[in-house]
Amino acid sequence: MAQVTTANRIGSLRAAPGLLERIDLPRRVVFLAATSMIGIVALLLTFITWQGLQLFLKDGVSIGQVLSPTWQPDSTSGTPNFGVLPFIAGTVFVTGVALLISTPLSVGLALFLSEVAPAWARAIVQPALEIFVGIPSVVWGWLGLTILVPFLSDTFHQKIAISLPFVGEVFSMPGFLTGFSWLAGSLVLSVMILPTITSVSYDAFRAVPQELRTGSLALGTTRWQTIRHILLPAAMSGVLTAVVLGMTRAAGEALAVQMVIGNSPTLPAAITQPVTTLTSQITLDMGNTVFGEPWQDALWTMSLVLLIISVTSVMLVRLINKRRMGS
Amino acid sequence: MNSGDDMLATAIQPAPVLRAIDVPARMARDEAATESNSIKIDARHVSISYGQKVAVRDVSLQVQARSILALIGPSGSGKSTFLRCFNRMNDLIPGASVQGTVSLEGENVMDPDVSVVELRRRVGMVFQRPNPFPMSIFDNVAYGPRRRGMKDRRKLEELVETSLKRAALWDEVKDDLRRKSGLALSGGQQQRLCIARVLATDPEVILMDEPASALDPVSTLRIEELMRELRKAYTIVIVTHNMQQAARVSDVTAFFTMAEDRAGYLVETGPTGRIFTRPTERLTEDYISGRFG
Amino acid sequence: MTSGVSAAQQGPGGPHQSLHRKASRGSILADRVATVALWGTGVFVLLLLGAIIAHFAIAALGVVSPSFVLDDPSDTVLGGILPILWNSIYILALTMLIAVPVGILGGIYMSEYAGDNAVTNAIRFAEESISSVPSIVVGLFGLILFVSALHMGFTALGGAMALTMFNLPLMTRLAEQALRAVPQEERSASLALGATKWQTIRHVVVPLAIPGLVTAVILTAGRVFGEAAVLLFTSGTGTPAHYDFSFFNFNDPAWATTSPWSPFRPATTLSVYIWKLNSEGLGAFKNQIVDGSAAILIGLVLIFNLGARGVGRLLTRRLTAV
Repeated sequence: MAQVTTANRIGSLRAAPGLLERIDLPRRVVFLAATSMIGIVALLLTFITWQGLQLFLKDGVSIGQVLSPTWQPDSTSGTPNFGVLPFIAGTVFVTGVALLISTPLSVGLALFLSEVAPAWARAIVQPALEIFVGIPSVVWGWLGLTILVPFLSDTFHQKIAISLPFVGEVFSMPGFLTGFSWLAGSLVLSVMILPTITSVSYDAFRAVPQELRTGSLALGTTRWQTIRHILLPAAMSGVLTAVVLGMTRAAGEALAVQMVIGNSPTLPAAITQPVTTLTSQITLDMGNTVFGEPWQDALWTMSLVLLIISVTSVMLVRLINKRRMGS
Repeated sequence: MNSGDDMLATAIQPAPVLRAIDVPARMARDEAATESNSIKIDARHVSISYGQKVAVRDVSLQVQARSILALIGPSGSGKSTFLRCFNRMNDLIPGASVQGTVSLEGENVMDPDVSVVELRRRVGMVFQRPNPFPMSIFDNVAYGPRRRGMKDRRKLEELVETSLKRAALWDEVKDDLRRKSGLALSGGQQQRLCIARVLATDPEVILMDEPASALDPVSTLRIEELMRELRKAYTIVIVTHNMQQAARVSDVTAFFTMAEDRAGYLVETGPTGRIFTRPTERLTEDYISGRFG
Repeated sequence: MTSGVSAAQQGPGGPHQSLHRKASRGSILADRVATVALWGTGVFVLLLLGAIIAHFAIAALGVVSPSFVLDDPSDTVLGGILPILWNSIYILALTMLIAVPVGILGGIYMSEYAGDNAVTNAIRFAEESISSVPSIVVGLFGLILFVSALHMGFTALGGAMALTMFNLPLMTRLAEQALRAVPQEERSASLALGATKWQTIRHVVVPLAIPGLVTAVILTAGRVFGEAAVLLFTSGTGTPAHYDFSFFNFNDPAWATTSPWSPFRPATTLSVYIWKLNSEGLGAFKNQIVDGSAAILIGLVLIFNLGARGVGRLLTRRLTAV
């Protein structure tokens, strides 16, 4: 170390530091690197918010109009309608069912890895999960398109539709005519968010101290009783966080979902029907629109909605964990 | 001083530690009392290995009903490992294998047909560090019975009260049963809560793995008093590093040590008074007088 | 002492049940069912993954060949994917070039310097926020910023910058973890010898964190490589006909827009290509091209993933070898 430091300066220990030391260049550089992310977020929020509000500010569309179920942005056929309700509904529906399918499976997998699996089984399943994470979303979409959609169509074509949550008229509803459907989207999404929910839940289970488990088992309970009554309550905030993160991922997924849901901009009547989400509509339309025209402004507003969803979920996760810290 | 203490006093060997240990007079009385009790646990040729490493080798001893057996010895001599055989908690350690038989009133607990869940109800365990669940005091004590299916509210309340009374905790918590978390108690109280929790499952045997080593001296003495009370109805086996504690509390003492190959084995066992005053084995005497361990 | 138990009172009451009687049959049955179900999830995941890999392996058999990888795309015959594969690698390299240094430096700050204050809180919030933002929104942001506002049009550089922004939280967090994993004793020993904090970081902490940092880089690279939504709006979707890899002369005005070595041109990557082929739905060989591309994508991602583990383990072993 050629650099003269305060510590090895011969003589007074309190000799004045030089200019370079006072500036502490390394610290400033790394600080800049870390805080760059704050800048990125600020830019992101600013640009998207500004652009997203243009529909209201520049084009004079009201929030009421935006929340209507009619989407007809093409202004050549009369007054355009920018109702994005079908897309919001589509996102909610597809994400919701995906969570319904994926959460039990993922939490179960996390329990398996943390409580049940012997070391050799963990050594196989954990890398498998990591590979799962690595599969690009377009590949999932392609798999859904080439395998799942035809399967749904061939197997359930013309049969009685499973109608959720719209019961009634069950027997007159068409089934998976083409296979492109709400259910297809949810199935693909549920597999995509599985690693997310599993890994966060797994960490939560591992964080529960072993002595709680041994205390319960020593009282003469079964492993499942210990999981149900001790482990799950203790890890609940972690599991909730996992679900919120999975939900965020599902709601934000664009390409894979777009390939299998059919993209009809109307509210679906049943889970077998095509549907559109915010993300898929943006992806479809963006290329066909001109910057500055109301149609595109509506798409930007939809992106703003997506941004709001994700920021809300970040705060939700913080809320869930703050309560745990404070207790 | 009665004649029993005279006998003991004249028999004491002149080692500094032994003079400090006051082997109570009641030991002589209680030893006589427990001699006629039935055998609660009979361990024969028990050996325990973790994979290739032998942790405990060929231990045989008997535990009499309604007595306190103390397992003493230096670290690593297999006392806790051996203790865990009685309620088959070694099953939870991957790679652990146990040979030999451990009979609870004649039934071998090692038998694969045995319900481990039922065994652990009858043979309860208190750990070194108190581990109350993150729930109310009431729920902690009611945990075991509830998992066995007890739902009746009145019965649960009675059981919780009885258990807390037997664990000498009732008076201190009776007003806060449902509002206070088990974690909000002091260390000594938490340990008594854990004891109450075990008592609620209606066990016959209570295993204690260094139950007071994480507690302050005052709490330690209270736990020891509690043990002497519980002994009247339960069979107790405790592992302790603290020789004085073993001498104060137990009826029978078993001394373990570690062999050259690091496997633990039983050196000798006998009435506590005798072990601490006239041990048969040289190793025991060395340990008790502080020459090693 | 309060209400103890007198010698006469029996603590444990009643006749003892044999240990062999299965008490609480219901709970033991529930435990068995739960165990089977939980094992089932593990088996399900393995089967699913195996099926997916098998599917693509089979699909790839008919399509993937050296000529598929090295040929140019074609409208008339089953062409290759060379320019597109190149773009994937190029954009990956460009992204990592920016993201890795910034990420590691940021990780150093978070691990070694950051205190418990509002700024650190803000950085973490920013990390979490960017991670949660949908990739498509980041792509749109790139669209406004790079393509429109800065008038760059669709470029590899724009794509790389958008990708950097998107993956910086991941890289920073992984780097921070790798650095935090270095035991505190190492730092103490260095400081006690009179080294400054930065010297300690540079000569002690970072070298010891190299296995973790390498893993961080490879994992981030795997994420970047498969990304499509961000690039869709920043680096474009056109199918390049042919790349002249000998075109190095950047003084030539055409270099910027046509040379494969230039970052100032549109660059369709493998993932985007798959998407585009599917949405356009044209071409007789569409399915095979997509199958082949997807197989290569998955293969490379697999290599990244297993590579990250393997390299990490190798380096750790070499580091801790006596």
